Amino acid sequence: MEREIDWVLIKDIISCIFILFGVCIMLIASIGLLRFPDFYIRMSAITKGATLGLGMILLGMGIYFNQPGVLLKVIAIMVFTSITAPVAAHVIGRAAVQNKIPFWEKTNLKEFQEYMAKEHLEQSVNHDKYTVEETTRQKDVDGAADIE
Amino acid sequence: MKLLLIHSLIAGVAVYFYFQHPDAIIPYTALSTALLFLVLFSLLWNSSYFYHRSYYRKMPKLLHFIMFFMKELFVANMKIAYDIITPHYHMSPTVLAFPLRLKTDLEISILANMIGLTPGTLSIDVSADRKFLYVHTLYLKHKDIEQLKLHIKNGFERRILELTA
Repeated sequence: MEREIDWVLIKDIISCIFILFGVCIMLIASIGLLRFPDFYIRMSAITKGATLGLGMILLGMGIYFNQPGVLLKVIAIMVFTSITAPVAAHVIGRAAVQNKIPFWEKTNLKEFQEYMAKEHLEQSVNHDKYTVEETTRQKDVDGAADIE
Repeated sequence: MKLLLIHSLIAGVAVYFYFQHPDAIIPYTALSTALLFLVLFSLLWNSSYFYHRSYYRKMPKLLHFIMFFMKELFVANMKIAYDIITPHYHMSPTVLAFPLRLKTDLEISILANMIGLTPGTLSIDVSADRKFLYVHTLYLKHKDIEQLKLHIKNGFERRILELTA
């Protein structure tokens, strides 16, 4: 007995797999955004997750709607997001370095040292930055108490 | 590079209008669209043999580059996902200074873009004299910085040089 193959069902299943995969990647990337230790690692986790996840979701959508116009727009969106997402990441990362956001203490900064010395960014290597500030503030408070 | 954009635009628009036509001979599916686009595009590409020889030679390299890039993007996501799901960190973050052979703005920005999307790497800054690209990376095999530099050099930089030279 031969049954006719249900192409619509197959199309739905394929698009569902793509969309679920994309959503999983985005979910994992956002968990990473919460639990990674420092700013730079979080940045690199979120850009890749967003690019691939969005691509997968849109591809699933393009297969689901099955129209030439939708597919064309989907491909255009994928190309443009994959061009622009890393540019944003680079700009934010650069701004963070310039603003002396500290690195994770296990980061190996041997080759970066020279550059930071030149740009007067040494403070970002100092992992006790916050504690140093606190102690100076404490001293100020003590001094004020002495004057009184 | 310009010719590639023009060709893909012509092929895309032609395919789009062909399927807009109500009594098209081939019925619309994603597969038939992709096939028709590829046939048109390869026809245009083959015609360029007569008027733009270097474009004719670079096209297969561009395809290789795109495939390589997709593979790297996928591997990157799997690595980071594994690190996020499992409770301990397997990473050893490093900032390395990558010596650039590329000279023009376009090449450097393409390389920085590609680095932004590969295994756990993020390009942080370019030195003022354009000799070094500072890259923040998460995964170092055997704590060997030189090996990763070699990987970027042979993987991305060589391909970009081949395409733009």
